[in-house]
Amino acid sequence: MMPPRIFGLENEYGLIFSPNGRVYLPMEKILGYIFEGLIPNSWPSNAFLSNGARFYQDTGCHPEYSTPECDRLRDLVIHDKAGERLLETCLPMAEKRLREEGLVGDIYIFKNNTDSMGNTYGCHENYLMRRDLDFWKITEQLIPFFVTRQVFTGAGKVLKVSGRTHFFLSQRAQHIHEKTSSSTTSSRSIINTRDEPHADAEKYRRLHIIVGDSNMSELTTYLKVGTTAVVLSMIEEGFTVKGMELEDPVKAIRDISRDPTLKKRVRLEDGRELTALEIQMTYYERAEAYLSALGTSADETTRDLIEYWGHVLQTLATNPMKLAQELDWVIKKNMMDSFTARKNCGWDDPRIALMDLQYHDVKRNRGLYYLLERQDLVERLATEDEIQRAMTIPPQSTRAKVRGDFIKFAKEKNRSYTVDWTYLKLNGYWEETILCMDPFASSNKRVEELIAGVAVSHR
Amino acid sequence: MSQDKKRDLKKVGRRDDAAATPNPEVLEKGKKIKENIDKLLDEIDEVLEENAEEFVKNYVQKGGE
Repeated sequence: MMPPRIFGLENEYGLIFSPNGRVYLPMEKILGYIFEGLIPNSWPSNAFLSNGARFYQDTGCHPEYSTPECDRLRDLVIHDKAGERLLETCLPMAEKRLREEGLVGDIYIFKNNTDSMGNTYGCHENYLMRRDLDFWKITEQLIPFFVTRQVFTGAGKVLKVSGRTHFFLSQRAQHIHEKTSSSTTSSRSIINTRDEPHADAEKYRRLHIIVGDSNMSELTTYLKVGTTAVVLSMIEEGFTVKGMELEDPVKAIRDISRDPTLKKRVRLEDGRELTALEIQMTYYERAEAYLSALGTSADETTRDLIEYWGHVLQTLATNPMKLAQELDWVIKKNMMDSFTARKNCGWDDPRIALMDLQYHDVKRNRGLYYLLERQDLVERLATEDEIQRAMTIPPQSTRAKVRGDFIKFAKEKNRSYTVDWTYLKLNGYWEETILCMDPFASSNKRVEELIAGVAVSHR
Repeated sequence: MSQDKKRDLKKVGRRDDAAATPNPEVLEKGKKIKENIDKLLDEIDEVLEENAEEFVKNYVQKGGE
């Protein structure tokens, strides 16, 4: 069996207020009103929700949503979408608050990674991994994978370079400066070395990936996290990938992003020159070997994921546009291609740059991704019901359930509480911190006792 | 339980359709997509923000993590 794994996504969202008329308004204030919608009674700007997720204000005044820890891929896709919906829900109330102050206008929240000035904000992926393996040996094997996976994970980006407008595969690729680094802001890297496992640190460490784009397409998120988890597992289990080391990974990631025909070759340390798809194929073939070694013990999701990955790579090699309902960059490019053909305009038309941005608007009656969804032009993985449920209900198979149930209980009893990823505490007379170090444990005896005890004492 | 498991997956069936040589169903699907794209392009002007250039130019953020 593929070993169980915890993963989670952190999305930093772009935020802007577009006033009718010229006013200066600090973004902190708008973010504050959005917070009020999520967490009434003005809690500090870092809060866990009853679905186990965390919402907080990130560097640069971005609302950031961390999904609860998940061990099922499908749960993660759903909870990532639930974050979008929670923010969308806050918009009308925040706009109302602004109107009460005489500020009429619209708030926009974008699930993307770049603004018009070249600033960037991220979508961070977290994977719990074993501590007992050589982290550097593993990351060496992961880097070519992360450089090339943008052929299916990229969210697409329209960018003007020396006077000409180009379509890039990835939002984030042009902002990557290092292979590995401990910083997430000053020199963004492919692999970030932040190591907070939020679990028993003797057994686990964290793999923190900041190179990826935020995705609108549910299938793209499925592929992005799924393939990464599979590649990590196979390498951990000894299905290593040798000879793919790139001569200059940072240059390669930018060069690949610049070529939506996917023909660009990048140089390997051994002198060979391969396309991103050829490098991905090497990883895919190893994953297939890993899958056959797992035999009947492989779970269905892993099977489906690897099969889908192979299908996507094959299709990208023959006709990428066939994936115009599945992969973000292809969905976006297809929409823009159709637009320029119909309107008889060029890629430098300002409406193209607008579409590049508005694709990511989380407000569903405004965002272009959701316009496509309504026209049945994107394939989905989850149902809207599941996403709505995930706005309040945690994943049932991880620690997030303990946290979520605890928060729900404390709120119902109107009790103040303190919560973090690895502990919970009911403030007040029975002040006792309960550690929850095992992210795989979906129940906790002491929390159950606490809930039962308090429930009794309130009768 | 088995139904839950099924819903855990991306539907493999649809991909098998697309991989084979074109059959009436696939062609029909292609036609449907084309129609939907046309509808989308009819609608898109209503959804796109007015004054595209200005809107994009004003979209400035501080860098995040």
